[in-house]
Formats: sequence, structure tokens, C-alpha cells
Amino acid sequence: MTEPRSTAYRSLAFPDPAELLFGTAARPVDCGLDLRIGAGTVFPEINFTLPPITVEAATWPEVVGHYEEIARAVVRRALALQAPGVVLEFELLPAMTENPEWGAEITRLLKRHLAEAHAVHGLRSALRVTPTDIRDQGTRPVLRSGPAWEKLKRSFELCVEAGADIISIESVGGKEVHDYGLMYGDIRAIVFALGMLAPRDMAWLWDEITSICRASGHAVPGGDTACGFANTAMQLAGQKLLPEVLAAVVRAMSAVRSLVAFEHGAVGPSKDCAYEGPVIKAITGCPISMEGKSASCAHFSPVGNIAAAMCDLWSNESVQNVRLLSGSAPEAFTELLIYDCRLMNTALRHGRALELRDWLTESDEWLSPQAAVLSPNATWKIAKAIVAEDIDYRRVIAAGHTAVRVLREGLDMKKLNLSRKEQQWLDRIENELSGLPASEDELRSEMLEQHGDLFDPASHGWD
Amino acid sequence: MSELQKLYDAILTGDAKSADSLTRQALVTGADPGELVSKYMIPAMDEVGRRFESEEYFVPELLLSARAMKAALELIRPLLAERGAQPAGRVVIGTVKGDLHDIGKNLVASMLEGGGFEVYDLGADVPPEKFVEAVKEKKADIVCLSALLTVTMRAMKTTIDSLKQAGVRDRVKVLVGGAPITVQYAQEIGADGYGENASVAVALARQSVTRGAAS
Repeated sequence: MTEPRSTAYRSLAFPDPAELLFGTAARPVDCGLDLRIGAGTVFPEINFTLPPITVEAATWPEVVGHYEEIARAVVRRALALQAPGVVLEFELLPAMTENPEWGAEITRLLKRHLAEAHAVHGLRSALRVTPTDIRDQGTRPVLRSGPAWEKLKRSFELCVEAGADIISIESVGGKEVHDYGLMYGDIRAIVFALGMLAPRDMAWLWDEITSICRASGHAVPGGDTACGFANTAMQLAGQKLLPEVLAAVVRAMSAVRSLVAFEHGAVGPSKDCAYEGPVIKAITGCPISMEGKSASCAHFSPVGNIAAAMCDLWSNESVQNVRLLSGSAPEAFTELLIYDCRLMNTALRHGRALELRDWLTESDEWLSPQAAVLSPNATWKIAKAIVAEDIDYRRVIAAGHTAVRVLREGLDMKKLNLSRKEQQWLDRIENELSGLPASEDELRSEMLEQHGDLFDPASHGWD
Repeated sequence: MSELQKLYDAILTGDAKSADSLTRQALVTGADPGELVSKYMIPAMDEVGRRFESEEYFVPELLLSARAMKAALELIRPLLAERGAQPAGRVVIGTVKGDLHDIGKNLVASMLEGGGFEVYDLGADVPPEKFVEAVKEKKADIVCLSALLTVTMRAMKTTIDSLKQAGVRDRVKVLVGGAPITVQYAQEIGADGYGENASVAVALARQSVTRGAAS
């Protein structure tokens, strides 16, 4: 049985892939200080982190000092460049979720800077706050109870009270089996994790998050990300440790679990590192945040341009607060993002966004399997395959098959180059997807027998 | 193809079931356990390592081979122990305090196991005192520390300091790894080695125990 749904999407918000454009969502989101996201303007979303420092009581004043400096610098640069608005993302570090008051203190500090800039200079803004999913990290993690969950819940509550405008999380339910699946290239374990475990955890978790946001009267439940799943695969593929085709197929399949947040109250903008965001946007019409070339401060990316094709917020993922020649790194990356957004917004104003979108797409599309599954056409096909199915398990398989087809089309057209080894993996993935049982219960029984040591059935709503 | 050559192939292709049955069969027919390891199993893993280094193998192929090696070793180890033979080394591994990322650490742990090491995986977010306790209890030769965040990499130094304070630092080699770690940082905090990826970590572990035994 799949968890009960408050909304189960069965059609696309964008019936034509040509409508899937940056800066334009079918359901824009109003949040923060006069910010409307997805209504014709792409805004920069600046994310930042600390330089090497231990986060503990003794260093706390220094930690606070860093965030003061970051907030001042980012606002200063946004004003200097007349940004039409900004989103700041504060991703809590584990210690700041373990100590919910710490996370709330930084949230309050950042919001104060944004409020001042709004009051004095009219800078429109929103503050996204993303507590760390610190729930049980052991084997067979207990996800729905225990002290770690209580702290995480408290962190959401206190950050919302402290002024968070958008709430997000990089949730990890299902990762306990997915990690195994990735490491051993085990498609059955991957499908089980993405099609059963993760959606069940998402359904439960996002009901909780949505309820906290609704009670606040001001915070919006933004969205989740398959970072721990598909980005892990992407990074390992980037290091030649995993096949790129596996990472690409996992990306497509991971959209199913991220969609569950939206079926349980999330309204966007989705998280920047959710590269599955375009599929979510095609289905839900909600605005999305994306990251690409201007996140090179954080990690390598094979999708630097194409990631911007359908974004509503454009992010740098994360940058340490260190000094550069032009100022602090968060300040410099604010500038970079603002210029990226200016170009996209100019194209929108001139009615030429589709042209720019297609250039962003074409410049990356066939240079990597992971870019190939992110094109507006591929996004649309994957989204369509997902909504054609009614349960997550079958949605994941459908998304996987569609991604394989996209890659095969690229090969047939001689646009995508794959090594013999990658092509063998593509065959293997396709065969294994085709060999999955029709019934999710059958796969669940198999996984319980084979990997029951990895996951706790009760944490996924099974008795 | 001889039955023993099939054992080599089973490990090379990551077929744990065949590795297990071929090892059982070989032992029943009187094969020398030490020879099985040195002539067939280790050469198979060496070839796996070569294929991984030359990008013919991805991690899944590597780990399936490691799993096949482990299946065969589990049958052979008790027989070797009866003769007084020791594992390649004992390793305590974990992601340091405050850091919840563990996939890189898991990869290194699996590869070390496949390389014949006895591995004690302490998991993620491991406080220094747990490393100290495990080193003492498991009589470890090597401690592997992993961190992915710039704000947790300092916990590596704290852990090394704790090993010193507990008087066990000289008994073990400390190897570190993870995205923000560099050779310079490893040297700065007094680690014995830095593995920029999992296969380098295994090579370092092998060197560490060889040097340790020689010194």
C-alpha cells in the first residue's frame, strides 16, 4: 500500500514542453518580503557556509560573526547591482539542528538583515531555511520517532518562529537502502528505495513540515531534494566511480520521491540541488530553484547551463565565507548569480526566453547522459511517464525506462557518445528494469529478505 | 580451465556464490588454504584493482569482486588462523563527529574488507572517544577517518589528539580522506596518510601494515 495522498498528480501543469521556461511557473509563490517567485522573473538564491571551524559553544560568537559578515556583504552587493530581489538560503549545519536554538538564532540574524534592506531600500527578499535531516543515521534507522526526530521537528518550529519564509529539507529516508543499491549497481534495491521507502518517508515527513508551516501563517513549505540519492550518484559518476548512465537514470527515477513533497503540501520553490526540479515543475507547475555553472564553488557539474533552462531561482549551492580579491566569496557569488539572472530576465522581457532556454539546453544536452535527461523535452517525457502511473513503484520504473529511451535516442541520432562500458550498463539497467515484478509487494518481500538488516519497516509505515 | 582458475575468475567477475562453492570444493579436495589466497585470490583482486584504476571497472564491479573475495576468505580465515596466520590488518573506520556523510567511508570499508583486512565500521558522526575505545578493544593497526564538510574536518584533529591522550596513537596508523581534505591538511593534523580516493586508501593501508611489520 502506498501512503494516502492529499494530492496525486495525474496530469501535467505544462501540456507543451515549449512552455517550460525559466522564470515562469504555472503556480507562482508569494513569500517573504514582497517576493513573487515564478511570475516572470528569475531571482538569485545565495547559499553560503562557514570556512573550516568547529561549531560548538566556545566558537559560537565567531560563527555568528561569520553569518553577520555574510548577510551584510550579500545585501550590499545585491543593492549595488540593483537586484530585483534575492533569496538567501541558510542550510543549517548538523550542530545547528542538534541545537535548534542555534539554528533559530542565525535565522533571526539573517532575517533582520533582509528586513532592514527591505525597509530602507525596498529590496524584495525571502529567507529559505533548511534544517539538516539528522534523524537516526545508524543501520535500520528509526525515522519517525526518537530524540533526533524531536530535535529536527523543534528546529523546523524554531526557525519558522525566527522568521524563515521558505522551509526545505534534504531528507534521507530510503537512503539506507539506496546507498547500498548505488554501491553495488543493484537496480532492484535502487527501485525499492526510490519507489517505496523514500516516498513513504516523504509522505510522512512532508505532512509534518506542511503542518508546521501552515500553523505559522507566513512560512511556505518549499520542497525537498533527492540530493542524498541522485546527487550522490552524480558526484560518484563525475569521479568515474559509477556509470554516468546509472546516475542519469537514477536522476529521472528520483523525481518520484521528490514529487511526494508536493503531493503532501509543498508549494515550491523546490531546493536548488534538486536537479529533478524541472520534472516537478512540469507536473506541479510550482517554481523551482536550480544550480549549475555558478555553483562550481561547491562541486563539479556536467549540467552547468542546461540546469538553468527552467529555473525560477538560480543558486550557487554553497560557498565558504573566505576572502577573495573582490570581497568575500558569498558576495562574489551573489554578483555572479545576479548577472546570470539579469540575462535570463532580459530574454524574458524581450519575449526571447525560449531561444535562450534552447541555447542553454543545446550547449550541454548531449555532452553527458546526465544533461540529456535534463532537457525540456526529456523532462516533459519523464514527467508524462510519471503521471501516467498511479503508484510510486510503477512511477519509478516508468521514469527509469523513459530515461533509458532518451539516452538510446541520443545514441541512435549519434549525438550522445557513450563508451562501450557505459552502453553495457545501459543495456543492463534496461534489462533489470524490465525484469522487475509487476507487484510492489513482491519486491518488498524480496527486499525484506535480502536487505531487512538495512531498513526499519516501521519507519516506513509497515507493521 | 582448472577449478582453481575458476576461483580466480569468480572473484574477478564478482560471483560470490561461485567463489564460495569453489573454495569449499578446493578445501575438501585438499588444496592448501595459503596457496589459494596467494596464488588465486590475491592475484584476482590485484587484477580487479588494475581494471578499476584503468577505468574498466566501476565501483559496483569492484565491490562485487570484494564481496566474492570476502566469501572465499571467510572459509579460509579460520584455517589460516589455526596456523597462526593473521589478517592483512585490523582497521577501525568511521566518519568523524558532526558529519553524517558515510558513502565514501562505506566504500573504503568494503574495499578494505575485500583486500583481506578485518574492518570495524563505527558508522557516521563518531565521537573521538569511540575511536579510542575501538582501537583498544579491537587491537587495531589502522584508523581511517572520513569527513565531507569543512566544518567537521577539524574533528579529525580532535580524534587524533584523543588517540594521543589515550596513549594509543603510536600503535596505529591514521589515514584520512574526504572531499575537503588535502595532503597538507593531513600533514598539519598529524595523520600518517591521505587517501584521495578509495583505492588509494586501500593501497595506503597495505603500505602501512607492511611498513609497520617491517619496523
